Amino acid sequence: MILLWLILVPLIGGILAWIASRSGSALARWISLAALAGELLLLLLPRPAPYGRWLAELDLPWAPELGIRLHLAMDGLSFVLILLTAVLGIFSVIASWSEITERVGFFHFNLMWTLAGVVGVFLALDLLLFFFFWELMLIPMYFLIVVWGHERRIYAAIKFFLFTQGGGLVLLIAILTLSILFMRQTGTVSFDYMALLKIRLPPSTATLLMLGFFIAFAVKLPAIPFHSWLPDAHTEAPTAGSVVLAGLLLKTGAYGLLRFVLPLFPEASIHFAPIAMALGVTGIIYGAVLAFAQTDLKRLVAYSSISHLGFVLLGIYAWNSLALQGVVMQMLAHGLSTGGLFILVGALQERLHTREMGRMGGLWAGMPRLAAIAMFLAIASLGLPGLGDFIGEFLVLLGTYRIAPGFAAAAAAGLVASALYALLLIQQVFHGPPHAAPAPPDLAPRHMLVMGLLMAGLVWFGLAPQPVLDTVAPGLDNVTAFARQR
Amino acid sequence: MLLPLVPALPLLGFLILFISGGRMPKRAVEAVGVGSVGIAAILALIVAAGFLQGPQTPLVVAWPWLTLAGFTPQFGVRLDSLSLVMMLVVTFVGFLIHLYSAEYMEADEGYNRFFASMNLFVAAMLVLVLADNLLFLYVGWEGVGLCSYLLIGFWYPNPANGLAARKAFIVTRVGDALMTVGLLLIYTRLGSLDIQTAMGRAAQQWPQGSVAAVAAAALLLGGAVGKSAQLPLQTWLPDAMAGPTPVSALIHAATMVTAGVYLIARTHVLYDLAPPVKEAVAVIGTATLLLASFSALNQRDLKRILAYSTISQIGYMFLALGVGAWAAAIFHLMTHAFFKALLFLSAGVVIHRMDEEQDIFRLGGLRRQMPLAFWTFLIGSASLAALPLVTAGFYSKDLIVAAAWQDSPWLGAAALLGAFLTAVYIFRAVFIVFGGPPRHEPHGPTGRRVAVPLLLLSVLAVTGGFVQPPSALGGAPLFTDFLGKTLPSAPATAEAADGVTLASGLIALAGIGVAYLIAGRHWFAGALQIPPARLLERWWAAGWGFDFVYDRLLVRPFLRLLWWNRRDFIDGVYTALAGLIRLAWRLLSISENGRLRWYAAGIAAGSIVALALSVFA
Repeated sequence: MILLWLILVPLIGGILAWIASRSGSALARWISLAALAGELLLLLLPRPAPYGRWLAELDLPWAPELGIRLHLAMDGLSFVLILLTAVLGIFSVIASWSEITERVGFFHFNLMWTLAGVVGVFLALDLLLFFFFWELMLIPMYFLIVVWGHERRIYAAIKFFLFTQGGGLVLLIAILTLSILFMRQTGTVSFDYMALLKIRLPPSTATLLMLGFFIAFAVKLPAIPFHSWLPDAHTEAPTAGSVVLAGLLLKTGAYGLLRFVLPLFPEASIHFAPIAMALGVTGIIYGAVLAFAQTDLKRLVAYSSISHLGFVLLGIYAWNSLALQGVVMQMLAHGLSTGGLFILVGALQERLHTREMGRMGGLWAGMPRLAAIAMFLAIASLGLPGLGDFIGEFLVLLGTYRIAPGFAAAAAAGLVASALYALLLIQQVFHGPPHAAPAPPDLAPRHMLVMGLLMAGLVWFGLAPQPVLDTVAPGLDNVTAFARQR
Repeated sequence: MLLPLVPALPLLGFLILFISGGRMPKRAVEAVGVGSVGIAAILALIVAAGFLQGPQTPLVVAWPWLTLAGFTPQFGVRLDSLSLVMMLVVTFVGFLIHLYSAEYMEADEGYNRFFASMNLFVAAMLVLVLADNLLFLYVGWEGVGLCSYLLIGFWYPNPANGLAARKAFIVTRVGDALMTVGLLLIYTRLGSLDIQTAMGRAAQQWPQGSVAAVAAAALLLGGAVGKSAQLPLQTWLPDAMAGPTPVSALIHAATMVTAGVYLIARTHVLYDLAPPVKEAVAVIGTATLLLASFSALNQRDLKRILAYSTISQIGYMFLALGVGAWAAAIFHLMTHAFFKALLFLSAGVVIHRMDEEQDIFRLGGLRRQMPLAFWTFLIGSASLAALPLVTAGFYSKDLIVAAAWQDSPWLGAAALLGAFLTAVYIFRAVFIVFGGPPRHEPHGPTGRRVAVPLLLLSVLAVTGGFVQPPSALGGAPLFTDFLGKTLPSAPATAEAADGVTLASGLIALAGIGVAYLIAGRHWFAGALQIPPARLLERWWAAGWGFDFVYDRLLVRPFLRLLWWNRRDFIDGVYTALAGLIRLAWRLLSISENGRLRWYAAGIAAGSIVALALSVFA
């Protein structure tokens, strides 16, 4: 039942926040914060010893005649991703504290419902239920962009919607086809993950269906060439939207690949791996190079996400324990480092009313705390050893090298490209002669707390990642074990 | 058990300074910044004394980092004769530079930020030299890269400094990327990144000259070339002068640029297995030492002379590594740390007291005005020029020249030519800056915290070579024997050495004579003013045009390409698709015009087409 509550708590919290906003916007913020703190507590609550391959499982009939079940399950992989969801959710609420002043209740409703959708995606083991949550996280996110976004919010929101909805359509067709084929083979209707794992498919059909799933997840990840919604959506979204988009929504794409594509279509995936890895490497370098070409600070950070997620795609298709662990570490570290950068960019925009780096510069003297934290996150982003991103990237490279040395070597070139954009950011914003005459105020204690936790997390991942690795390992074994059964 | 504290103390200093965020008074910053490295130096001495008195077996202390599918890197430090020498050099020279900085940087606003970065720099370098594992070594390796970036761009309001800082980081990162691939290869093929294990397995599993050994050695060489500013990645170092002078001293003497030399010495097993790469190391070193000497000869900026001199001296160390004289390379690394730190610090005194003037032609006659700077710079220069018998640089360079000569007369001759050029370029600076009539009055006093490091380094720059006098002078190879426990000794150089020792001594003296002729108003200096010589001079002064070529061949085309694609052509494809759909919508909406006649005509035409199809198909 705990799994159901994990989804219900943000849903109910969102509704309560909306209702409470009539008696004050501060109340809406506190309710959201309390709900997410409750979510975190629920997650960290001691549980009975894990049974079978899941840490917790819930399987109830929902629409039996259609074969749809309320099947939720959590393994180590889902656990760390939901943990990230709760943590980044709390950070988003805090980051929006002074930024969002209009329709505060509705804002928090949308934020909490998106988070609920993300948690649902990480838990659902029924494919239609998964699709339901997949859609659930999109609509509120669309509203977050279109109502509280910046100048070109409508363009960005529609673009985001069309891309992800297009991917969603392909996903739905693939899910339905898979289920119909399953019914023809076994005579029973089912969308259950564990049942569908047993299906036998001719190679050509498997490849087609695999591509359907892959495209939906690749749009979300995003992989080149489906990435072009991301810079617009991230840039135009309010800070909380950007943090949730980069920190969490992109990870649902990676999670989908790990949970569904590899186990359901192992053979087809192996044949497809060289193409996927090539897309990953292209993303690493193309994203980093384009990040370097930007003049808008937020777009720079957005393109850097494409580069980081390239490592994720590369590692998933290298498909060995080193690379997969690297993938998860990269997802967690990217959530913290890029989430942190988006919060900082939001804080800067709130103070300077611009995102153009050409109109910034020399901010170090005026806001040394913000500058030092930006430096920390930038060097985490470029993969400095001792911080989380490095562990993720290095494990991915290590795992990839034994499969495809050429791809690993090409991806290593991304190390140079990431230094280009990360140092450009520092130079343009914080170094150089000062632009703004009266120095804007430095970070507030509220922000310092968030940033302190983020930095501590990155150092923890970088220096003592073993607890994370140990938590995730059984989940990743599931991926491989399910694939082996085929 | 004291060993891990040596890198931990400067790291702690960094953390205190970083977290305090400039809220501590200057005295406290100084106490933490200088004190942490000072105590680390004392601890290093205690550890070294314990090691020397004991059986001299390597000492290893390690903590687990992560364990994953057989991949078990550790935070391990290892003390053997090689890392012991490096540790002492880094902590002692580092401490003296810190002490000097306490006074030198006193007036700067960023005092706290400066010492935080300097402490982290020393900590990272200590991690690099003490690490027992290549991945842990890589932590220090990237750490020194980061700190050099922070310190070169220390005076950030000037964008030129920021550019120099980024150039240093990015150029060295090109090497780092190659090194990363090297680590991937070593782990994948040998199953461990633990240095001792990996080297042991390499020696067992990889035959001499095998592809894997050559590739691994070459990739690590890529990293070494970047960090140590050797051809073709040397271009960052002259620009790195943008940082405060003590930073230059730290980068050039105690940390950073020596990292590449150390890495190759540490993984010498690979280079012994890969003769072509080893040869490449020698050739790169020789070419670098000559090219950089010619560039140093034609600089006007005092710090740039010293920068090119560093590139050139590291070239000597690479040459030594390339001919298998591992210990000689480390010996020269040590003496170079002494005299190059000394040169930078005394140059810093000159620059500081002459209103940040770095152009040697605008300085002059400082011999009387600044006796301390003069004598210490002279001692440093003599040691760099390898003035025979009385300087440390002589003993270490002599060992390299002898080893090079034995390997190949070409390399030996080039090393001798380099020695000559070294004497010329450094004494040219000495004569111009300190000789002649005085030009300006220096201002400000020189305090104790500046004087003491200068004097101590002067003593080291003279006596540091006595740990190993050449056999021709009846000495015993104490230093190489000590290192011999970690690095195999070079073949005996007794007979060859005598002649070489004599030659290199004479050459240094000749170089000083020529420098006197160039620097003074002699016919000789006038003869160099002919047009072809001027042209050559400009070419060399610009570092042989490497920057120009890289700019035109790499940087500009890259930026042009980026400019073309700044809107991301893939996005353009989608935009075009959207435009196409919109066009189709427009065309279709024309038909919906509300005129009955058009609709009737449309229905009729449609019926005809349908009929025609059913009849003819």
